Amino acid sequence: MARPLINVPPKAKRGQVIEVKTLISHVMETGFRPSSIGEVLPRDIITQLVCSYNGEEIFRADLSPAIAANPFITFHTVATESGTLTFTWTGDNGFSESGQASITVE
Amino acid sequence: MRLHRFNPGVFRLICILVVLGAGARAFGEDIPLSERRSGYDTMGRDTKAMQDDDMANPATLWVLEGEALWNARGANAKSCADCHGDASSSMKGVAARYPAFDAKRDAPIDLAQRINICRSERQNATPFRFESRELLALTAFVARQSRGMPIEASDARMKPFVDAGRQMFHERLGQLNLSCAQCHDDNWGRQLAGSVIPQAHPTGYPIYRLEWQSLGSLQRRLRNCLFGMRAEPYDYGAPETIALESFLMWRARGMPMDAPAVRP
Repeated sequence: MARPLINVPPKAKRGQVIEVKTLISHVMETGFRPSSIGEVLPRDIITQLVCSYNGEEIFRADLSPAIAANPFITFHTVATESGTLTFTWTGDNGFSESGQASITVE
Repeated sequence: MRLHRFNPGVFRLICILVVLGAGARAFGEDIPLSERRSGYDTMGRDTKAMQDDDMANPATLWVLEGEALWNARGANAKSCADCHGDASSSMKGVAARYPAFDAKRDAPIDLAQRINICRSERQNATPFRFESRELLALTAFVARQSRGMPIEASDARMKPFVDAGRQMFHERLGQLNLSCAQCHDDNWGRQLAGSVIPQAHPTGYPIYRLEWQSLGSLQRRLRNCLFGMRAEPYDYGAPETIALESFLMWRARGMPMDAPAVRP
């Protein structure tokens, strides 16, 4: 499984609105599709993405079976202080993946 | 006496002339070089944006995995990088000239086959399965190095295989009795159900196809089309598949590569 891709601008001015982009490898099996032998494939999706900025949660998304494979999630936030953004994806079958990106605020 | 009598024969003739006039395209002929369009050109704005931004293009996940495999050591402790060095220079333009003629086998092989041959002969490793995640990842990583390079198809030894591919391209197949050319030469730009028919230039393989929600090779795409024509798909790695691939690359000669591309 490839590591998730996270794109946060490395530098920003204080108070500036920045765009955060994430991409992660996942099949996002809906739980509604039949396999080649007719049995329903069990659901296997990412259920949640949480992003914290220096420990404080700033973004949370609940994912549903209707979301395509390899989910690309992007959002905006305000650059308040230098530090780290931590991203955690959790899902079915104990799926858990995390990543970090740092930002310098001037 | 009625002067304007309805004549079914004349009416039919007019209909045929109108149809012929509407399609100003010459049927059964190759697309002129100046009129060639990549699949990219027929895509919607959103899909184009997805391909243009490496961060949004899901194929990037495979490219990064391929980069890791490029540096991973095989059974005899040799990695791709040990022989080929930095892929950004050594692999530049390579994907743009595959399928290429392999003198040892006296036949053309495609990029995925070349990677597997290298793996078994130089690394003493087991070849990857066709369409396996690892093989697609390495192919995508190598193909990525040719982005923007023109497709090259000038090897004279390839001619018999390109010709065989051309013949297959024009051959009617399957229960629908269709040839590739009937859609992709004669009716490109028109609609097949809700989708625009592209000209079928393989500029961006392996592609991330939204319908597949995954990366896939040109061979998979060809099998997909054959299945749609209700023909029996050629096997992965079959000489027919490689001949068809060789013809398609020749047909797209000079067009810039945009691998790994996103396609609907």
